[in-house]
Amino acid sequence: MTAKVITVASGKGGVGKTTTVANIAVALAARGQKVTCIDGDIGLRNLDVVLGLENRIVYDLVDVIEGRCRLRQAMIRDKRLSELYLIPAAQTRDKTAVSPSDMVRLCDELRTEVDWIIIDSPAGIERGFKNAVAAADRVLVMTNPEVSAVRDADRVIGLLEADGKGPASLIINRLNPTMVKRGDMLSVEDVLDLLAIDLIGIVPEDENVIVASNKGQPLALDDKSKAGQAFQHIARRLLGEKVPFQDFNTPNVFQRLLGRK
Amino acid sequence: MMSFLFGRKKSANSAKERLQLVLIHDRTDLTPAELEALKDDLIATISRHIDIDPMAVRINMAQEGREQRLVADIPLKSATRKRTR
Ligand SMILES: Nc1ncnc2c1ncn2[C@@H]1O[C@H](COP(=O)(O)OP(=O)(O)OP(=O)(O)O)[C@@H](O)[C@H]1O
Ligand SMILES: [Mg+2]
Repeated sequence: MTAKVITVASGKGGVGKTTTVANIAVALAARGQKVTCIDGDIGLRNLDVVLGLENRIVYDLVDVIEGRCRLRQAMIRDKRLSELYLIPAAQTRDKTAVSPSDMVRLCDELRTEVDWIIIDSPAGIERGFKNAVAAADRVLVMTNPEVSAVRDADRVIGLLEADGKGPASLIINRLNPTMVKRGDMLSVEDVLDLLAIDLIGIVPEDENVIVASNKGQPLALDDKSKAGQAFQHIARRLLGEKVPFQDFNTPNVFQRLLGRK
Repeated sequence: MMSFLFGRKKSANSAKERLQLVLIHDRTDLTPAELEALKDDLIATISRHIDIDPMAVRINMAQEGREQRLVADIPLKSATRKRTR
């Protein structure tokens, strides 16, 4: 096996990176792929709680890098999906405990063991971000349809281009179709016009995201949730499938039924 | 005032327009003031070789995808004079 390394980054904080990493990882694992996700947010670890694995942590990323344990020992196996693993971030250290070349070395060791390595980047464009993208084969840039998130995404896209890490692919998260319809939210087309990169996913605003993180059960396995479906679509696109983008412009089924004959 | 009378402009449109301008400057690292200075330098340099009307010079940032381009439109004085005669 030679894993593909995917990093989710955004510039701006709180746009949904950790949620997305957890859900893409779960969706890929549910399709029989062997997946390891790495929490790159050292000092602010969160991927463990979103995945519901917080009680099983013994070793973390910095322990591996500083040689206190072997790579295998820091990989927590998800009991629900046997081929899903998490390497948690250290909570009591800061980003300087890891360097970009540490990440490259670690991912190179891991590449032979899994199909996918999914890395959760911290917010910002400094050390933590540089660590998270250092080993990436492909970066998914995440934004919300909102002025500051789009501006920061553009900065990140520019930095990746300058570093020869482009072209990045875009995920638009927390789209609210009702607000788009009344002209109070940037549409998918608007964001694509502005950022001018390829789209890989549109995730609607969905209360189930919070319910799922309350429970520590990613919703990518829930076919009834809209966000869950959107995350599954992203996973399938990563696997090379051509999945058409959902049209969120018709917010409810009734309007859709009335609109068409 | 006008927008108050004729209905509010959609906020998504203002967001897009504002972002378009902000991103141009973010991407090029060129402030509007620096662009003005560049324009003055360019006019001075060209004027040393050929007669131009500084007021007619248009220099703008254009974009194509993620590529930024500096587009200059510099009408020559002698050419316009000939045509109007
Ligand atoms: N599609 C969505 N619908 C509703 N809520 C969402 C959605 N996506 C994310 N959220 C919520 O937004 C919050 C921030 O999400 P998340 O922690 O994934 O962002 P982040 O980009 O990782 O943040 P940070 O930059 O701090 O690491 C969480 O409370 C999450 O549940
Ligand atoms: Mg996060």
